[in-house]
Amino acid sequence: MSIRTITFDAIVVGGGGAGMRASLQMAQSGFKTALISKVFPTRSHTVSAQGGITCAIASADPNDDWRWHMYDTVKGSDYIGDQDAIEYMCSVGPEAVFELDHMGLPFSRTEEGRIYQRPFGGQSKNFGEGGQAARTCAAADRTGHALLHTLYQQNLKNGTQVYSEWYAAELVKDGQGNVCGVIAICIETGETVFFKAKATVFATGGSGRIYASTTNALINTGDGVGMALRAGLPVQDIEMWQFHPTGIAGAGVLVTEGCRGEGGYLINKDGERFMERYAPNAKDLASRDVVARSMMMEILDGRGAGPDGDHVFLKLDHLGEEVLHSRLPGICELAITFAHTDPVKEPIPVVPTCHYMMGGIPTNVHGQAIKLSAGHEGQEQFVNGLFAVGEVACVSVHGANRLGGNSLLDLVVFGRAAGLFIEDALRQGMTQYEPSNDDIDQALSRVRRWDDSQGGESVASLRKELQSTMQNHFGVFRKGDLMHEGVSKLADLRERVAKAHLEDKSQSFNTARVEALELDNLLEVAEATAIAAEGRKESRGAHARYDFPDRDDENWLCHSIYDPLTKQLGKRAVNFEPKTVDTFQPKARTY
Amino acid sequence: MKVSIYRYNPDTDREPTMKEYDVDTQGKDLMVLDVLNLVKEMDPSLGFRRSCREGVCGSDGMNINGKNGLACITSLSSVAPGVKEGKKALVLRPLPGLPVVRDLVVDMTMFYNQYEKVQPYLQNSTPAPAIERLQSPEERAKLDGLYECILCACCSTSCPSFWWNPDKFLGPAALLQGYRFLADSRDTATEERLARLDDPFSLFRCHGIMNCVSVCPKGLNPTRAIGHIRSMLLERGI
Repeated sequence: MSIRTITFDAIVVGGGGAGMRASLQMAQSGFKTALISKVFPTRSHTVSAQGGITCAIASADPNDDWRWHMYDTVKGSDYIGDQDAIEYMCSVGPEAVFELDHMGLPFSRTEEGRIYQRPFGGQSKNFGEGGQAARTCAAADRTGHALLHTLYQQNLKNGTQVYSEWYAAELVKDGQGNVCGVIAICIETGETVFFKAKATVFATGGSGRIYASTTNALINTGDGVGMALRAGLPVQDIEMWQFHPTGIAGAGVLVTEGCRGEGGYLINKDGERFMERYAPNAKDLASRDVVARSMMMEILDGRGAGPDGDHVFLKLDHLGEEVLHSRLPGICELAITFAHTDPVKEPIPVVPTCHYMMGGIPTNVHGQAIKLSAGHEGQEQFVNGLFAVGEVACVSVHGANRLGGNSLLDLVVFGRAAGLFIEDALRQGMTQYEPSNDDIDQALSRVRRWDDSQGGESVASLRKELQSTMQNHFGVFRKGDLMHEGVSKLADLRERVAKAHLEDKSQSFNTARVEALELDNLLEVAEATAIAAEGRKESRGAHARYDFPDRDDENWLCHSIYDPLTKQLGKRAVNFEPKTVDTFQPKARTY
Repeated sequence: MKVSIYRYNPDTDREPTMKEYDVDTQGKDLMVLDVLNLVKEMDPSLGFRRSCREGVCGSDGMNINGKNGLACITSLSSVAPGVKEGKKALVLRPLPGLPVVRDLVVDMTMFYNQYEKVQPYLQNSTPAPAIERLQSPEERAKLDGLYECILCACCSTSCPSFWWNPDKFLGPAALLQGYRFLADSRDTATEERLARLDDPFSLFRCHGIMNCVSVCPKGLNPTRAIGHIRSMLLERGI
C-alpha cells in the first residue's frame, strides 16, 4: 500500500516544552522542520507545570553557583543521574533561562527587577552545607503555562511548520534499524501519512496515565516510549516513577511544591507537622520521594485524615491572603474548584500522586538515542536518525528521583541542545535512510489491526484495568510477590489488548481510534515499568521495596536497561565523569 | 441524569442532531468533563477535545446549557439549578460561531488566525543583555490578567461582533493578547502594533457587550484590555 509521503530535514514529535524548544532552534536555522503534535501545542502537558524552573541565575542569592545546583541534583537522583549530563544542564541552564526572558516569558520579579526565585525541595547552598537555597525561577504559579505559550509564540514568529492534531502512530525503520521518520494520522481527516526526515526527535512527554491516580493530563499516554519499545529499542530506569507529595486527594490535580517553598507545610489528622520527624533539617522541603514516603507512612500508621483516613493536609492559611493571592493564585483556584477548600481559610487534602517518569529512551546530552548491541547488554550504539528530549528521554539528569523545578530546565536545555546538534549535523550532511514499501507496511500494521478489528473488549474497560493494576501493584511502596502478580496480570492484558475492538472506524476526528492507539502505548510502558521494578532488587530514590529496603550500591549503582524483545533487564553504567568539576561520590542520603 | 449532546459526524450524518443519554452520576457533583467521559465509555463515537482536565490547557471549551465554559472546571451544580439532581437536562453543544468538525469539536482556524494577526510575541529591537531584561514588579504587574489566557475561545465565540465579522474583527482573545505585548515594558514595537489595529474593524468592532467577561473561565477581562488599547490609539491620534 502506498501512502502520501511528506519530507523534512527534521521532524519533532510532541508540541510540549521540549519539542517546541527543539523545533524553535531548528526553525531559526532555516532547515525544513515540522512539529507534529496530537493536540494544539499550547494544550500540551507542560502547561500544567506550576512552581518554576530551577536554575542558578544568582538572582535571589548573588553568590549562587551552578555547581551547588549540580550537587543537589546528583544527590536527589540517589546517585544514578549521569554526572556529565547534570553538569551540562546546570551549567548551560542560566543561558537557556535568560533566553526565555528575552523571548518574553513573564517571570515574576524582585525589587531589583530580576527574575523571582523561590525555595524548592532538595535545594541547598554550598554543597549541602549552607542551608536552604531559593533557586526556582517562577512566573507566579503558572510557570509552565507562561513557558509553553512563550515557546509557541516564538515558533509562530520563526515560521515552524506545525502539524497540530496529528497523531504519530509508529516509527518507520529501514532493514538495518535506522530511523527514517514516523507514520502519523491527521486526526481531523483520518489521513495516514509517512513523515520522512533525516532526524526524528521524540518529545512526546510522560505516561502518567498508566496509573489510576495521576497529576498527568489525559494525553500523557507514553506514545514515544511505546513506539520505541515496539521498534525493539530499550528503555532505561523505567521503574523510576515519581509520586508527587501533593496531588489533591480524589481529583489527582497537582498542587505545586512551591506552596511548601513559600512556607506551607504538611500536617496529619492530629494537626502535627510530621515531616519534622522524618527529615529534621529540610522538613517539608526534603526531596519528593522522601516526603511522599513519609506521607504514606503517616497514612498507613493510622494518622491519615478524612473518613477513610486516606490523606493528609497541606496547610497554607498562615501565609496570609496577600501572599497566597500574589504568589499562588492558581493553587487557590484549583483548591476551590477541585477540593472545595479555600486555602486562605483551611488546609488542602493531599495525597502522593503519580507525577513524573524519570526513565525513558536513553540518550546522550545531544539527545541521540542509545541502544545496546545485544539488547539488554553489550556495547553502546546510537540509533541512527532518532533523538529524544524531555520527559520521554532518560539523559539521565533525574536518576531515581527528580528534583522539583528540574523538569522545565531539562526540557529547555536538552530541547535546545538537540536542536543545536541536529542543526550542525544537517549542515555537515546527514543521511536520509530510505525505508522499503515493506518497512512502511510493517509500521502501518498496528493502525490496520485496529481498523480491521471485528469484536472484543472495549478500550475503556481494558484501560481501566491496566490503570488499577499499576496503582495496586507498583505504587509508592513495592513488594516482590505483589509485583510478580502484577507482571502476570499485564501479560494477560497484553493478550486481551491485542484482540480488543475499535467499533467506530470513521475518518473525521475519530478520538476513539486515537484512544485505541494510545492503549497500546500505555500497555508497553506499564509492562516495561513492571518488569524493571520487579528486577531492581533494592530501594533507591522513588523505587522503594519492602523486601529490599536498602540501597545496594554494590549491585545497583547503575541504570537498568529493559529490552522489549527478550523482556530482560540489563544494566548500564552511570556516568561519574563530569568535565569541569570533581565527581560527587555516593554517600548516605539524608535531608 | 439526562444529558443531551449535539452530534454530527460528517462521514455519516446529513445534518446534526441532539442525542439523549442517561448517565448515572450517583448523585455526585461531577464536572461536566467527567460526565462526558462517562458518556464516552457508553458511546466511544462521541467526539470532544480534552487534555489537562484542570482548566489550564483550554481544550474543552463548549456551550453548556447556553453558556460557554470549560467542561473540566464546570461542576454540574454550577450549570443551572436542577441539573445535578437530574430534574433538568445537561445540554452540551459546540462553541457557537465556528464550523463544526464533528460533535463538540469545532474548527478553530479562524480563531487562531486572529491570534496570529496581533503578532503575539515579544519584539525588542535593542540587543539582549547577558542576563534577563530588568523589569520592576510594578511593570510586571501590568501583565497580570493578560498572560493567563489559555486560548480556549470561550470569549470570542460568545461575542456577537466576532460572529458577525470573524475574519475582520480580531475578537476578545486576540485583542487581550495584543494588549499583553503593548503592556510589556520589554516590548518596543508599540507604534507598529497600534498602527496595525487602527482600522474600523480589527478593534473598533467591539461594542462593549461584555459577553467575553462573563464567560471567561480564567476570570480575565478582555473588554478592559480593549479599552486600554482604545485609549492608546486615542492618545496616539492627538
